[in-house]
Amino acid sequence: MAALTEEQSILKDQATSWVEAELPVQKFREFRNANSDGGFDPKAWSAMVDMGWTGILVPEAYGGSDLGYLTFGVILEQLGRQLCASPLFASAYVGASAINLGGSDEQKQQWLPAIVDGSEILTLAVDEQPRHQRDAIACAAKASDGGFVLSGAKTFVPEGMSATAFVVAAKSDAGDVELFLVPANTTGVSRSGMATVDNRDYARVTLSDVAVPAESHLGAMSGGELYEQVLNRACAGVAMEMLGVGCFSFEMTLDYLKTRKQFGKVIGSFQALGHRAAELYSAQEMARSCAEAGVIAIDNDADDQAAMSALSKAKTGEFLFDMSNQLIQIHGGIGMTDDYDAGFYLKRARALEALYGNQALHRDRYATLLGF
Amino acid sequence: MQNANEMESFRSDVRAWVNENFPTSLQGVDLAGIAGGESGAKADDDVKVGLDAWRQKLAEKGWGAPTWPVEYGGAGLSDPQADIIGEEIHNAGAYNPIPHMTGMGVTMVGPTLLEYGSAEQKARHLKGIASGEIRWCLGLSEPNAGSDLASLSTKAEDKGDYFALNGQKVWTSGAHISQWCGALVRTDTDAGKRDGISFVMLPMQQDGVETRPIRLISGISPFCETYFTDARAEKGDLLGNLNDGWSVVKRLLQHERQSQTGGRGVSMLDSEPLHVKAQRFVGTDDSGALVDKDLRQRLVRNYMDGTAHRLTAQRITDEAAGRVEVSAAASILKNSNTRFAQQKAELALEIMGSQGIGWSGDDFAEEELGIVREWLSGKAMSIYGGSYEVQNNIISKNVLGLPETTQKG
Ligand SMILES: Cc1cc2nc3c(=O)[nH]c(=O)nc-3n(C[C@H](O)[C@H](O)[C@H](O)COP(=O)(O)OP(=O)(O)OC[C@H]3O[C@@H](n4cnc5c(N)ncnc54)[C@H](O)[C@@H]3O)c2cc1C
Repeated sequence: MAALTEEQSILKDQATSWVEAELPVQKFREFRNANSDGGFDPKAWSAMVDMGWTGILVPEAYGGSDLGYLTFGVILEQLGRQLCASPLFASAYVGASAINLGGSDEQKQQWLPAIVDGSEILTLAVDEQPRHQRDAIACAAKASDGGFVLSGAKTFVPEGMSATAFVVAAKSDAGDVELFLVPANTTGVSRSGMATVDNRDYARVTLSDVAVPAESHLGAMSGGELYEQVLNRACAGVAMEMLGVGCFSFEMTLDYLKTRKQFGKVIGSFQALGHRAAELYSAQEMARSCAEAGVIAIDNDADDQAAMSALSKAKTGEFLFDMSNQLIQIHGGIGMTDDYDAGFYLKRARALEALYGNQALHRDRYATLLGF
Repeated sequence: MQNANEMESFRSDVRAWVNENFPTSLQGVDLAGIAGGESGAKADDDVKVGLDAWRQKLAEKGWGAPTWPVEYGGAGLSDPQADIIGEEIHNAGAYNPIPHMTGMGVTMVGPTLLEYGSAEQKARHLKGIASGEIRWCLGLSEPNAGSDLASLSTKAEDKGDYFALNGQKVWTSGAHISQWCGALVRTDTDAGKRDGISFVMLPMQQDGVETRPIRLISGISPFCETYFTDARAEKGDLLGNLNDGWSVVKRLLQHERQSQTGGRGVSMLDSEPLHVKAQRFVGTDDSGALVDKDLRQRLVRNYMDGTAHRLTAQRITDEAAGRVEVSAAASILKNSNTRFAQQKAELALEIMGSQGIGWSGDDFAEEELGIVREWLSGKAMSIYGGSYEVQNNIISKNVLGLPETTQKG
């Protein structure tokens, strides 16, 4: 664990105990049983708002606490451990990042306090195909009447049914990918929910000649650059959640290795499994270093933050992929049952692997950034 | 811990001192090879004189072993300060030969002596190590006692004021050029496997000690078979208590792991970044990406593994707030460093194609030949210092608290 300031440790402890007490994975199970079309518990979400988590990336002038990305990451890790569902990441991390970086003073004033108090839920609408590709944006933003007309179709938009506004990635007349703030109730926007293995809220969003005013354009940073930076930050955040999912999977597995008996001994006494656990533990330590380095690089505005973001997503992805498979394997038959939580972790692991690009995509990015 | 300003001013003092004192005659010389006593690396007289002068200057500052107390030849500095010295010497293109010149002295014997030695033993042995004058080897492994070290059979018989040693050690690094040896011997044949073992120190230049160098796959002979025939170890050179050598050696091996968690040695593999080498040998497409996509993926994985290892080593140091404990983390880091380094050497070889199978001669650049030798000698990383598998035993038992498997480790 990276060295935390006193304020950060207090928040971390608060998050850890709140998540364990109020939103353990059992709650996810209860919600899933009652709502098989995905989503989150609104009471848990408003508790997060009350605890101030929605303001962690927001400057104090707009009602936030401005504690930075490592702090937010530490909370995402805790939420990942218990598979807590909420729009916190989509709105207060990705959405707030887009506005912080690309918004004018007016846009910040309009949106940031509303993100903090939870009255607006933002989400980035980027993917148009099943495989995330940064440059595969066909959605168009044509300049018209002093504003823009957006047309295109987005898919797998996280928290897409509960979002009150979309941060839409669309190509300008000049061919750059720009970001636009589009309230969900704008004429021409329609959406439909998608049922996924992780039982979260995803939507298809269709934009049919959606007319938006010039003020919806996030233009404080040149479009292509803003789009890249928001995605880089998003990836580092996903990596922190993945770390939490993986660490908890490891703990469940280690516990089982110490308690399940076969052939008259606990299964952890078989060297094949002891070594597998040692390898997974080492991979977990490497993943933690990379995930934390990803968010720390953003806080430090480091020159290599794009590469560190790619590293964080790829290395936690590598760990979580193996870990989630071994979670099932080492639990034997019980791991295959829906009554046991292991399957939830495997399913969430793959959803996060795909989100904003899988390991292969981030290795490719890393190589490109390093110049080969 | 010192504050950041103090550390920065310490750093600039170190930098100035190194620039002033590192002899120009040693610039660009393979000091690691020479100081390590590798038979491949030969020094001419100029270099020898320069090296000895440089060693003496470092020794006077206590920088051969900067963290040791001043009275034992160290400089009484903190770990972060010692790191700064290492970094600045490296940055200046210089090299600290003392750790290499002492064999196992600075990294393993010294730290263990500091913990287990009597005042008299520390006074007698540590200065020679810190100054780089006395080279030490370690006689632990035997033909039938490798990973299962406690099954060793070399005996030490009590002869009143000394022990008489009889038996054979093997893989004794630097035995043929060392002045002293730390040996693990059986002093009670009736006690349990780990209970009848003691750790003794003995001079190598005596009739009862014979060394026979063994040639390695890399072509060099840095280690030996060591035979003891009534070899003499003084009673005053028993380290720790009689029959308690197992706790001494356990500590010693922790120091060994610690020293193998990824130091900054001089390496031919670092003479140019691997991706630059790959661009040269393999070629790139219009976008500047390597044309061999499979190689590119494996190369980037190796880069990521290297960064993950470095970040983890750094994180563990930070968590310990400057005081680097000899810790369980050492097993994790030893294995991650081993995996990364062996993979890196394999990639370098693959990139060079058939230039990567050169053994000697003008058909191959010096750098290419160096890489081939490093590829071969690097295979030892997963064998010595507790093999890769033994480290995993340690992690599963000591870090994760899993029950010991049927095999010890
Ligand atoms: C370059 C080099 C320098 C060395 N220098 C020194 C020195 O200076 N002094 C000294 O005393 N020794 C030295 N050694 C010896 C080294 O410590 C031993 O090689 C090491 O302890 C392994 O022992 P072994 O070679 O007998 O292999 P073995 O112990 O016979 O191992 C063979 C294989 O079995 C595996 N294995 C063994 N036990 C287990 C287990 N419990 N669980 C799973 N797998 C297991 C090993 O991992 C290995 O793959 C050196 C070795 C090398 C290569």
